Amino acid sequence: MTKERKLTCIVCPVGCGIKLTYDADRREILSVTGNQCKRGAAYAADEVFAPKRVLTTTVRVEDGFLPVVPVRTAQPIPKEKIWDALKELAALQIKAPVAYHQVICPDVAGTGVAVIAERPLPAETEEKAG
Amino acid sequence: MRKIQCDVAVVGAGPAGLAAAGRAKAAGAGRVLLIDRDRELGGILQQCIHNGFGLHLFGEELTGPEYAHKFIAENQEAGVEVLLNTMVLQVRPDRHLYAMNRREGMLDIAAGAVVLAMGCRERNRGAVTIPGTRPAGVITAGTAQRFVNMEGFMPGRHIVILGSGDIGLIMARRFTWEGAKVEGVFEIMPYTNGLTRNVVQCLHDYDIPLHLNHTVVEIHGRERVEAVTVAKVDEKLQPIPGTERRIPCDTLLLSVGLIPENELSRDARIELDPVTGGPVVSDEMETSLPGIFACGNVVHVHDLVDNVTRESRLAGEGAARLVQGRQPGGPVLATRAGEGVRYVVPHRLHLANLAERETTLYMRVREPAEHVRIEASVGGERVLSVRERVVRPAEMVSVKLPPGSLPADCTGTELTLSVVKEGERA
Amino acid sequence: MEKLQADVVIIGAGVTGTAIARELARYELEVVLVEKEADVACGSTKANTAIVHAGYDAHPGTWKAKLNVRGNAVFPQICRELEVPFKRTGSLVVALEEDQVPHLYELLERGHVNGVPDLEIIGRDELLRREPHLNPHAVAALWAPTAGIVNAWELTIAQAENAVENGVKLLLEQPVIRIEREGDRVRTVCTPDFAIATRFVVNAAGRHSDEIARLVGQEDFRITPRKGEYYVFDRRFGHMAGCPLFPVPTAVSKGILVTPTVEGNLLIGPNAQDLEDKEDLRTTPAGLKEVLTEALDMMPDLPLKDAIANFAGLRAVARPSNDFVLGPASGVPNFINAAGIQSPGLTSAPAVAEEIRDYLQAAGLELNGKKKFNPYRKRLVPFRELSREEQAELIAEDPRYGQIVCRCETVTEAEIVQALHRPVPCTTMDGVKRRTRAGMGRCQAGFCTPRVAAIMARELGLSLDEVTKKGGASQLLLARTKELLLAKGAEAHA
Repeated sequence: MTKERKLTCIVCPVGCGIKLTYDADRREILSVTGNQCKRGAAYAADEVFAPKRVLTTTVRVEDGFLPVVPVRTAQPIPKEKIWDALKELAALQIKAPVAYHQVICPDVAGTGVAVIAERPLPAETEEKAG
Repeated sequence: MRKIQCDVAVVGAGPAGLAAAGRAKAAGAGRVLLIDRDRELGGILQQCIHNGFGLHLFGEELTGPEYAHKFIAENQEAGVEVLLNTMVLQVRPDRHLYAMNRREGMLDIAAGAVVLAMGCRERNRGAVTIPGTRPAGVITAGTAQRFVNMEGFMPGRHIVILGSGDIGLIMARRFTWEGAKVEGVFEIMPYTNGLTRNVVQCLHDYDIPLHLNHTVVEIHGRERVEAVTVAKVDEKLQPIPGTERRIPCDTLLLSVGLIPENELSRDARIELDPVTGGPVVSDEMETSLPGIFACGNVVHVHDLVDNVTRESRLAGEGAARLVQGRQPGGPVLATRAGEGVRYVVPHRLHLANLAERETTLYMRVREPAEHVRIEASVGGERVLSVRERVVRPAEMVSVKLPPGSLPADCTGTELTLSVVKEGERA
Repeated sequence: MEKLQADVVIIGAGVTGTAIARELARYELEVVLVEKEADVACGSTKANTAIVHAGYDAHPGTWKAKLNVRGNAVFPQICRELEVPFKRTGSLVVALEEDQVPHLYELLERGHVNGVPDLEIIGRDELLRREPHLNPHAVAALWAPTAGIVNAWELTIAQAENAVENGVKLLLEQPVIRIEREGDRVRTVCTPDFAIATRFVVNAAGRHSDEIARLVGQEDFRITPRKGEYYVFDRRFGHMAGCPLFPVPTAVSKGILVTPTVEGNLLIGPNAQDLEDKEDLRTTPAGLKEVLTEALDMMPDLPLKDAIANFAGLRAVARPSNDFVLGPASGVPNFINAAGIQSPGLTSAPAVAEEIRDYLQAAGLELNGKKKFNPYRKRLVPFRELSREEQAELIAEDPRYGQIVCRCETVTEAEIVQALHRPVPCTTMDGVKRRTRAGMGRCQAGFCTPRVAAIMARELGLSLDEVTKKGGASQLLLARTKELLLAKGAEAHA
């Protein structure tokens, strides 16, 4: 089935408005217009068939220097898995200390992608600023 | 009062201070002291948990804490000394700093060179004059970001965002990801103030509408925000009667711009550029006071941290050169914002440096435009012309002058940067 | 409901109510001060121009005329006893047009009748020499050297603290919901949590004083709120006005003035708009524009880019008298009004307190001086005002002075902790702000909000999301992260 999609390209600051038609069943791009360079066409194809995003959020920490630690997916994950991943991570609570790039969750939302800590997080210290 | 001697004292340990301190040490400065008011290094990077940092510098997309981690590790290895939980109260023109913390009390720090890297603060409700009541629930995007990402609390559940600055866009997605409802982003200008990729990834991805030419004309609610009234504005940015719309919400998030934090610079009587709000600097990032350098958002508000790092390394290098007596002498050339350009940084270029190394000029355009050339001219002579397909006020433009690209004798003239439409001549 | 006994219940803890409380604290009396808000100084006291007027404005024979001059005269002593910053700057009424000059002479004459000392008309050259930022077209001015500037909420907090230290009981967040009578006398004042049996009641309820009077059947005055809007500018610009600069007054107000504040900010306002809604504290585009336009007329180089806040306040205007309403309610001899206190209410407060004391005495209250009365109150010492050496000493004594919490106003953790543990409870962010100035600077609490909230939570034993801006439902934070996400369940984003 032929479908149409409008996108704003984010490859460079130009931000072309790209219009494309594609065959959803055969996963094939039929036409791309509005882009001013080849990279835009490639971006649009990815966006249509397999949009992926890096998810960055926090996970609760017990007895940490901070009550939450920032985490991210080690690679981009399929866009449609973002909410599952968020809910899975919301339910977690880990213990301090946390090491830099420590694996918080080895396979989030069945994507096969790990979630890692963005920073080291020591245990709570005495001298806590106001 | 405890006295401390050091070669280079860096005020502020965000991306600018980290890069400056690390580079000063690497460039051979002896004792380098990095001072910050917070209880850990990294500054605002620690609350910017999203990715997109470092693409230009490292070729990979890092998050804020990861970007900070790289530099913290580098500084540690280099042997930069760190003073945390320490507030600098005063910078004196003779390069004495008064600072204080709870362990050591008041400190008198005598430095060979000082690097100011205090960053910026957010414009708030008072600065943009939003009429209405004064309830809880009006919060700047950066403060909200700290609460959500570092303290683990939600300042709101149902949010309207005023201003399309990057932090506001990022927080629109962040709030959505935490289960809050974001009604929309309202921007008074006819164009967004954030990077295009943030508009796409943070708003379009989650069907959060962006309303250009709109502003908030009233805040409602006695104790907590209950609603805001938005309206369309005309070309003079004045609300158009009859276009008002009341939107129920519990929070108004403000992302209406950043102001370089120059209280210390002002007290020290450092010359400030009225357009950037930051110090006037040389290509060594030296301010009007000899031996006092400045870099990063305290000089001018950047949109990419990579540029902050580049600029701050220059400041660190400049400070190290100064304390080693290797500072360039000789004549300098002033830069000037020409047609279509709002400002240019740095403000002074050493001819000696221009001859020897590549020099990057940072500038912002006044208005969005397509198919233009950025032209640099000295004494009416065009010395450089760079094509840009699109320029926008939200995206800083950098212009690189290759070594030796200027005429040998341009003393007494100015270097002017202008935006020229394709096919026209400056 | 808890039962209390009192000789006098004072309703309303603004500048008037707390002045009365402190005055009565000098005597052997059980005094209870009740306030509906979470803190003192939350009504008209919080949002006004904070000027100690000289007293030439009011028409002779009015309470305003009589009490302004009396109040002004005792201000220095009160502020000294309570350690409240007060600057006797003098004030100027500026004629911007030649045809306004006769009005200056009218005010001069009125001032003489009211007993205002040392008034003087000064000419253009002298005027511009003293006030170089003034509109250069200014013609002449009335100089009133006894005028000054003070901080109205700091004075009110100080009076309340001093009253509490001398035995007055303060009840916060207790709106009066009922007043019970027995014959022609008031017997009991009821709030949600307390029933206070009392011999006398003083009504200092500000813009709600007519509603309180109605609770005892008094209907002969009503309060209409008159709104005034203001802008505050960065502390860098306080020097632009040497003293309050008034335009020549109009029928309803003293006009929009430009003044330094006692902390060194520049303040402009207020306009005057009569309203029906007593809760309407909105700033409005029209009102703010009016303030700006007229202030620019006075001072053309106002630093417009450096406005840091705007706000509105409501004056309590008594109808039909347009004067203070002082004295017993008709037919209820033990219910004494201190109502309709609009400008110059702040200046008059000490004198109003004395008048009310005399009315109470005349109505049968015995005044036996309290031997232990201590008129002095120690202020919370602002770290920012000390020398580097003094600062170093303080940090050595208490390391919490070494931690700056509010960057713009240089407020330390020690000051915030102390503010939370003084005789008048401080339980809100706004309360901390008014006591320490944390959050009152140019970043308007962007930096210090999370830090102040954390200290409050720790010191008051609260969770961070229980901290409020100003009591009631004004929480800063509405949930913990993950809470909303976990509550939403799978269906919301299916």
